Amino acid sequence: MVAQIIFLVITLAAIVLFTINLRKIIRNIRLGKSADRNDQPQKRLMTMLRVAFGQSKMVVRPIPAFLHFFVYIGFVIINIEVVEIMIDGIFGTHRIFHGLSGLYDFLIASFEILAFTVWVACVIFLIRRNVMKLKRFSGVEMTSWPKSDANYILITEILLMSAFLMMNAADLKLQVLGAAHYTTAGAFPISQYLINLLPASEGALIAIERGCWWFHIIGILAFLNYLPYSKHFHILFAFPNTYFSNLEPKGEFTNMASVTNEVKAMLDPSFVPAEADPGKFGAKDATDLSWVNLMNAYTCTECGRCTDSCPANITGKLLSPRKIMMDTRDRITEIGKNIDKNGPDHQDGKSLLDDYITREEIWACTSCNACVQACPVNIDPLQIIMELRRFAVMEESQAPGSINTMLGNIENNQAPWKYSPADRFNWAEEG
Amino acid sequence: MAELMAAGEEPEILFWVGCAGSYDERAQKITRDICKILHHVGIKYAVLGTEESCTGDPAKRAGNEFLFQMQAMTNIEVLNAYHIKKIVTGCPHCFNTIKNEYPGLGGSYEVIHHTQLIQDLINEGKLKAEGGESFKGKKITFHDPCYLGRGNGVYEAPRKALEVLDAQLVEMKRCKSNGLCCGAGGAQMFKEPEKGKKDVNVERIEEALETNPQVIAAGCPFCMTMLSDGVKLKDKEQEVKVLDIAEITARANGL
Repeated sequence: MVAQIIFLVITLAAIVLFTINLRKIIRNIRLGKSADRNDQPQKRLMTMLRVAFGQSKMVVRPIPAFLHFFVYIGFVIINIEVVEIMIDGIFGTHRIFHGLSGLYDFLIASFEILAFTVWVACVIFLIRRNVMKLKRFSGVEMTSWPKSDANYILITEILLMSAFLMMNAADLKLQVLGAAHYTTAGAFPISQYLINLLPASEGALIAIERGCWWFHIIGILAFLNYLPYSKHFHILFAFPNTYFSNLEPKGEFTNMASVTNEVKAMLDPSFVPAEADPGKFGAKDATDLSWVNLMNAYTCTECGRCTDSCPANITGKLLSPRKIMMDTRDRITEIGKNIDKNGPDHQDGKSLLDDYITREEIWACTSCNACVQACPVNIDPLQIIMELRRFAVMEESQAPGSINTMLGNIENNQAPWKYSPADRFNWAEEG
Repeated sequence: MAELMAAGEEPEILFWVGCAGSYDERAQKITRDICKILHHVGIKYAVLGTEESCTGDPAKRAGNEFLFQMQAMTNIEVLNAYHIKKIVTGCPHCFNTIKNEYPGLGGSYEVIHHTQLIQDLINEGKLKAEGGESFKGKKITFHDPCYLGRGNGVYEAPRKALEVLDAQLVEMKRCKSNGLCCGAGGAQMFKEPEKGKKDVNVERIEEALETNPQVIAAGCPFCMTMLSDGVKLKDKEQEVKVLDIAEITARANGL
């Protein structure tokens, strides 16, 4: 009875704490400007099913795709087991679903096999990061915290899977011994090989079985509460992020409606704009970005496929699309913390542009969309870069000198170079 | 176009030449070859001539939305006044801008890139590869322009135009949706690159040269500049030619 109460208290506390932190993140995302991403629900649903559920963009790199698939499938399927753990924990039962007999055996067997593949995949992932030191996992933005974060996640998953398998092994040995409460149930294709590692005494076995059971479930609840502080949040946000992702051709950049009104008024003096937009042009800080950009930032799992495919980064420039996303997330989180501490109107005098992302980074972008294409969860770093450029150019007139020359040429002679409009048709006469 | 209008005629298609195609000496050759192809297959086309002006693409990518929309609305006014319905262009940047960004500002047209036109003409049997230079067996690699490929998902049209040559098509390691930029996009064409290890076009040309091509095929006047510069830098001008798909098509047909 005491165990049940402890279980219930821990579970409720974990859920409440997670909800509070999740709501903070959603509040932070809502600090962004509005953007309409509710059109074409069917197409959006299909995109989510294909890209997030179907992992379609992962296959470009087959080795991590293969390993990630097992971790993903393992995570989803093994969580079915959590349902049984929850019921057992609350009602003090043991293996409540064992009555399903054949189906139960099948389920437990598949959980075991998946737990094992997750375990192996996570070990390989750790080796890729820490022994092979793949280039993709390094970079200026990959400081000690992002690197530790990745390792904590992998180690936690390895520990959780180990506990799950050890629990089953002890359970199986107790079943064979005919211990009270340990009804014969389940099939154990993996943990049967662990039996010999365990002591023979019933008391010790029960201690191991119970210990692993508690470690496994508390571990899961702790991991759940780690998510809001971690890059691992993608396991939840990958789904809304792909659902609300851009459906238009990647080459198409949004036309700013606020500018359209001003340009129309300029070209036609009789035009009266519907309503004046007092906002600034482009983005200086994270709150000037749209909520989609901010959701992108919280979804990023720092895999580095974007940076690895960025022509500027490949050729040694400072720009890294992954850094753009991490900076955006860190800044909006900081703004959120400021609000919690000092109220909604607090200004800390910092901004995303300059304090996090430098001008050198935004001007190195070729707008080639390689980063957008590479992202397995449809994050769009390019849009953030463009918004920062818009602010630099339209609000501050702070562009590199040669860019200003090009803009001046378009303004004066309708071509980015200094040629006379009268000469535009000369190509037809030569050659 | 003004002359055609005055004569009370309407073209089947408007050829949007673009700034590079109008002023850049190298790109002018591509422009003239596109005209030769249009003439060869007997399509009634027109150009805006001095009435054309920058689509606003480089201004938009540089962050100057005002200038972009000024250019866009001025162009849309001209295009709509001539009742233009279909546009072909030799520049993926013009293609992307007019196709995707003009409709929201009142300019809706069917817009195709010249490689798509060539693909259509080949499919319709109106264009072959005969009567001119033979590319048979030659090693050709195609560099995907970002705003044609990733930007708008056009990967097959330029390759179709090359397949008809019976040449040996070799793909670079990074091609199609994974293609590497030439380094000119996003208004980079008009500025010095930020400091780094090397220039993007050098990285790209090294990859292209790895395929040992005789021809590097391009589909964008800006890629043309970057790739040609790269080949020059590597001192490979004698062995490797950088040619636009339109130029290759025109040569293969003896135009």
